[in-house]
Amino acid sequence: MNRLSVKLPNLELDNPIIPASGTFGFGYEFSEYYDINILGSLSFKGTTLEKRFGNKTPRIAETYAGMLNSIGLQNPGVHDVLNVELKKLKEVFNKPVIANIGGSTFDDYIEAVKIISKSSIVGAIELNISCPNVSDGGMAFGTNKDIAYKLTKLVKESTHLPVYVKLSPNVTNIVEIAMAVEEAGADAISMINTLVGMRINLKTGKPILANNYGGLSGPAIKSVALRLVHQVYQNVKIPIIGMGGIMNAKDVLEMMYAGATAVQVGTANLIDPLACKNIIEELPKVMDEYGIKNIKEIIGRAHL
Amino acid sequence: MNNKYKILLNTKIAKDTYKLIFEGNFSKEISPGQFINIKIEDGYRFLLRRPISICDYNNGKITIIYKILGEGTKVLSLKKENEYLDILLPLGNGFKIMEEYNSQLIVGGGVGIPPLYLLAKRMKEKNINFEVVLGFNSSKDIFLVKEFEALGASVSISTMDGSFGTKGNVIDVINELNIVYDYYYTCGPEKMLMSLIKTEKLGQLSFEERMGCGFGACMGCSIKTKTSYKRICKEGPVLESSEVIYHE
Repeated sequence: MNRLSVKLPNLELDNPIIPASGTFGFGYEFSEYYDINILGSLSFKGTTLEKRFGNKTPRIAETYAGMLNSIGLQNPGVHDVLNVELKKLKEVFNKPVIANIGGSTFDDYIEAVKIISKSSIVGAIELNISCPNVSDGGMAFGTNKDIAYKLTKLVKESTHLPVYVKLSPNVTNIVEIAMAVEEAGADAISMINTLVGMRINLKTGKPILANNYGGLSGPAIKSVALRLVHQVYQNVKIPIIGMGGIMNAKDVLEMMYAGATAVQVGTANLIDPLACKNIIEELPKVMDEYGIKNIKEIIGRAHL
Repeated sequence: MNNKYKILLNTKIAKDTYKLIFEGNFSKEISPGQFINIKIEDGYRFLLRRPISICDYNNGKITIIYKILGEGTKVLSLKKENEYLDILLPLGNGFKIMEEYNSQLIVGGGVGIPPLYLLAKRMKEKNINFEVVLGFNSSKDIFLVKEFEALGASVSISTMDGSFGTKGNVIDVINELNIVYDYYYTCGPEKMLMSLIKTEKLGQLSFEERMGCGFGACMGCSIKTKTSYKRICKEGPVLESSEVIYHE
């Protein structure tokens, strides 16, 4: 009996650790550092119908206990992802993966989802309606509950795979968006994407990021992510994949207490390529420390 | 690749400029122009690593030269001998040494000079002749000149304030001394790199970008070239002059 295993729609995870989209490439880049088959699953780099070049540099700025990025969904487009990137990934990873899909129009999303659903190694779609770094679409789909509902419904009708919807924290009421996508048929919720922030260079007087604003991630946002997961958990029945500042095994437990069934690890991968491996190895010890026999028993414990 | 390395020396060599030497067992071959990525300290005060190019590599010892540019490098400058640093290395592609050109030139600007030293050393080992042009802001900023001279190279210097050598930038020295070359290697401020692109001569240029990870995962440092988008940390930092897009 594996005390770390958890279940998401269509995914049986050996452990709840999933590298987050945008911080783990297409997986194979990390397989030169460790055998990535130890991961629960992985969510690959946000993919769009057409190839995207992303924003101008600088795209990265550091903050207190965090970082800002404004990559802008740079990716080779869904055809190359399907035919090139996922083939390379398949050589080093033998579990189903999560396909993170972005877009600018309803049709973009639907077409990209249809194409990526042909892959034998994709086990679920993660609908990115929360990227703060693209001007056309992205977050716009995740900040209006009616649009989020419509997109989720259309995407559900275009794929046989379960659809996880990745939510933006940059909204007045995340609960109503979560409830809307659940009603539209979403199978799970991933949350949270980054919080919009900025830094300014005092020498030049100008924003550090070429795009002015970027998405804040890292330990700085963990408490916000916990609060939002906690709120959404109370209002939806579908599972939540929690993320935001997960750096170690204790952070994993805290996120699961708040209501997450599994977690995604993002920024930590950029600082230490072995971050997910270390967290997976650390988990049983930290569970022992808190008297947790099976990790499933702590999902939502903070609500009891 | 991710390891703790012991500091052997960390000392000031010019204004705000420090030389740090650390030792370790490096399993991978180290090429000139590659860089390392340093975690300044445990914890989350400086979340991201600091990428710094390799200046010298010898007998299991790596030398870097860095300038205090912010809080992170300030804390790095206070590290003492026998302390350990968490470092990812070696990263990036590095320079390719060209044997087929007769008059090769190494052009460095300020804190971009260090990686060119290991390049010069490797060129000397291959008996390739080269000249060196180095640009600094002021005489107080000058470093590494003796080391280049010890390799037997002719070193010409410019300072922006004219306090040493030719007044102006590296292009001014090249013009004033009428230095003739058919291939170059360079690292320094982007303006300097662009003025070399403008010469339309062939060469290799080492670029700097703000990085997230330093090993190709985040796409944070990716820039447009004539052929494709390239990640400065992975397909760079060294790019061929023929692929660099000129901009003002």
